[in-house]
Amino acid sequence: MNPADIFIDIFLLLLMAAVAIAIVRSHLMFAVVMLSGIFSLLAAVLYVHLTAVDVAFTEAAVGAGVSTLLFLATLALTHVNVEEKHKPVRVVPLVIVTATGAMLIWGTLDMPHYGDPEAPANKHVAPRYIQESPKETGLPNMVTSVLASYRGYDTLGEVVVIFTAGAGVLVILGRSRRRRRPGVNDEDGDNLEEERA
Amino acid sequence: MNRHSILRVVAKLMIPYILLFALYVQFHGDFGPGGGFQAGVIFAAAFILYALIFGIENGRKVMPARVNRILLAGGVLLYCFVGLAGIFLGSEFLDYNVLGPTPVAGQHYGILLVELGVGLTVSSTMIAIFYVFAGQDI
Repeated sequence: MNPADIFIDIFLLLLMAAVAIAIVRSHLMFAVVMLSGIFSLLAAVLYVHLTAVDVAFTEAAVGAGVSTLLFLATLALTHVNVEEKHKPVRVVPLVIVTATGAMLIWGTLDMPHYGDPEAPANKHVAPRYIQESPKETGLPNMVTSVLASYRGYDTLGEVVVIFTAGAGVLVILGRSRRRRRPGVNDEDGDNLEEERA
Repeated sequence: MNRHSILRVVAKLMIPYILLFALYVQFHGDFGPGGGFQAGVIFAAAFILYALIFGIENGRKVMPARVNRILLAGGVLLYCFVGLAGIFLGSEFLDYNVLGPTPVAGQHYGILLVELGVGLTVSSTMIAIFYVFAGQDI
């Protein structure tokens, strides 16, 4: 990597760290939600710089876009605007978190360098995908061919996870108004649910 | 929101382009960045924007809950049926090679349909979650 790339990476990571510290220190939930959106957007920029454009796209759309919106909707539902102030610093959790973080950083020291062609991840199936996937699937975008074809079974699992999340929210929250409404009998309750869910 | 005429006009102008961009991301995912996940979220964003500006009740008229739920399950089912089609045509689950006259054409059909299933499920999940959250009156 040339020095400009390293400078951009470090700059973005410092910005992300600053946003993360601001999230921890802020007591306003609205500000926390907005800052987490900014964090996702910075992460998306970092992914673009690491030439992972598909991941960056997802992060910008899901992380910065819809997640922020759903957090705001949750805030509007729960009416929790200000977190409890002046919490005392607890020593034991701080030590555990610091030790875990230090161990994780220590663990990365054994990992191969970023973009190392000799890394195990780049020696396993990656060369085959790079050489054969345009011929086998006819797609220039290797990410799509891996995601939808070679790893189609994994993607099916991901879609089922999303479906389960949607179904779970519909089951838990989609009915809550019927229970709160007195005098509504269960026969026409389904109609009511249709109108609202 | 009736008084915010700037918001309403800008949203009306933007929503068709958001939908068009979502379709572009959906069907151009084979050639550039994008695919079902991103397209689904962008597609849902258009409906969520509409519901935010024009009210949740009008949003439900545009995308009724029943249709949304059918699409929510339909995406997963479409994905599964593409997988099963591979078995019925004499190969393995999610093997697209047998779906077309040539393996490459089969892969093309398979990936297109599977990404469509992903997009349908993702967009209707996002719409469902938003509508349910925004429709609560606590």
